[in-house]
Amino acid sequence: MAFIPHTPEDISRMLEVIGARSIEDLFDEIPADLRAGVLNVPAPLSEMEIARLMTERAALDGRPLNFIGAGAYEHHIPAPVWAIATRGEFYSAYTPYQAEASQGTLQLIYEYQSMMCALTGMEVSNASLYDGASALAEACLMAVRSNRGSSSRRILMPRTVNPTYAQVAQAIAGNQDISFVPVDFDRTVGRTALDALKPFSGQDFTALVVQQPNFFGSLEEVDALTDWAHHNKIMLIAVVNPTSLALLKAPGEWGAVVAGARGADIVCGEGQALGVPLSSGGPYFGFMATRMQYVRQMPGRIVGGTVDVEGRPGFTLTLQAREQHIRRSKATSNICTNQGLMVTAATIYMSLLGPRGLEAVAQASMQRTYDLVSALNKVPGVKRAFTAPHFHEAVLLLDRPPAPILAALSRRGILGGLDLSERYPELGHALLVCATETKLDADIAAYTSGLAEVMSASRAAA
Amino acid sequence: MSNNIPSDLKYTKSHEWVRQGAPNGTLEIGITDHAQSALGDLVFVEVPDVGRALSEGEACAVVESVKAASDVYSPAAGKVVANNSALSGKPELLNEDPYGAGWLFRLETSGTLNAASLMSASAYESFLAEEAK
Repeated sequence: MAFIPHTPEDISRMLEVIGARSIEDLFDEIPADLRAGVLNVPAPLSEMEIARLMTERAALDGRPLNFIGAGAYEHHIPAPVWAIATRGEFYSAYTPYQAEASQGTLQLIYEYQSMMCALTGMEVSNASLYDGASALAEACLMAVRSNRGSSSRRILMPRTVNPTYAQVAQAIAGNQDISFVPVDFDRTVGRTALDALKPFSGQDFTALVVQQPNFFGSLEEVDALTDWAHHNKIMLIAVVNPTSLALLKAPGEWGAVVAGARGADIVCGEGQALGVPLSSGGPYFGFMATRMQYVRQMPGRIVGGTVDVEGRPGFTLTLQAREQHIRRSKATSNICTNQGLMVTAATIYMSLLGPRGLEAVAQASMQRTYDLVSALNKVPGVKRAFTAPHFHEAVLLLDRPPAPILAALSRRGILGGLDLSERYPELGHALLVCATETKLDADIAAYTSGLAEVMSASRAAA
Repeated sequence: MSNNIPSDLKYTKSHEWVRQGAPNGTLEIGITDHAQSALGDLVFVEVPDVGRALSEGEACAVVESVKAASDVYSPAAGKVVANNSALSGKPELLNEDPYGAGWLFRLETSGTLNAASLMSASAYESFLAEEAK
């Protein structure tokens, strides 16, 4: 399908019909002082020039040995994933949804939704959202629309939730009269303290957010947290890593059956780990799934299976009546673009790996992190911060500030983790490390000896 | 276009109808035959919860067809004392019988009705004729 922009002739014909002299005329109701004026954008580059510029910029990243996770994860992406995703039939700047022209794209999204439902244990998934952080913000807004037993618009946000996600949720939902109440974590165990929730029992809260594994990589007590929420008529929003779901209990099965239902009410998260490269931070994609009873409050596109006039199976967008092209300002969301191309890659990734392949990735990643943590734990001045079981990330405590240590490691081509000391000053010199299946024994040995040398040099210099 | 306008009801400009003297002196509220016909086949109806306090003109219910989802506005201030739960499984009741089995909710009003905001059947009929121009 061709997507050809308007030619100057098209534009002048359209302007003539509506009686405007120029495109500029269409914006005349915006006061001049509110206009951006002239944008300082460099002149266009040719394909050759842009390719050269990007190659040079990419080379600045080098090829470091990466032990940073914190929401974006380096996994092996089988070669067919992007070979298939970039075929002309799929590769498009704008996802085409017309049922009469886009059955292949719609079927792929339908398969994606089915896979996400299988992973999360939910009944319905949308076609994706921008990224994990904005998916959580949307989940909070959705909970406020869905939880009719609550009028407080207050959401419990544990400090073990990715702080960037909490910040984005605050930025998007905070201006809509929704407030977030932090919940503390256990400094020794590294997960949300059930005791910290007790003071909130019996109060009106709309939702409790639970991230599994949490930002520290620790496994939360999801059953107990879910039960506490449901006993208090609070909706449970799960933020999950899709890779981990190959090993961990699906959010749809968290907790006991309360009032005929069990498990998380809304599940969301970042989908990047499923076949999307780190790529300097994006594009990634967010996912969201829920129970059928809340489907009308779920934002975004949903592809449904149906039959055509001759009874043949087919696919089409469904439940569109609450989307912005129909409901305008009253839509469930005004950010309902899906990340079509990333979802295409993720669907191919999951199809190629299958449930067992994904489980192998999850298992290997977790094993590599246990290997890494036990090796680093033996380095003088380094110890594990928390006792809770973890997935493929864990927090280490250093006996000195992490920033100079990380800088020294970086000069050796090693990205040693994320410095948590600004985000969590109460933890002291904390460092979040991650290893996935991409890290070999030699890589872990290189990091361990590198860290030992850098730490000892720093000690000697002090 | 279907256009049945019973003479014993009151009407709003946003196409709700109001039946006075429902059980216990409450108001019964629904949407008009004209409104259901304009929306087309309804696939979902969301009614306000019993006990909810409404102000006049507050959006309190949603009627959703395959092509549009529209708010229903409360014609008066009051408290919801009953809602039509049958609509959750059978939204088509509203298309088939908008003034009967398709009622939406009953309201216990705190004071007198704001007569200025409500129209008689004949006034609503001319309002529709005016709107169609």
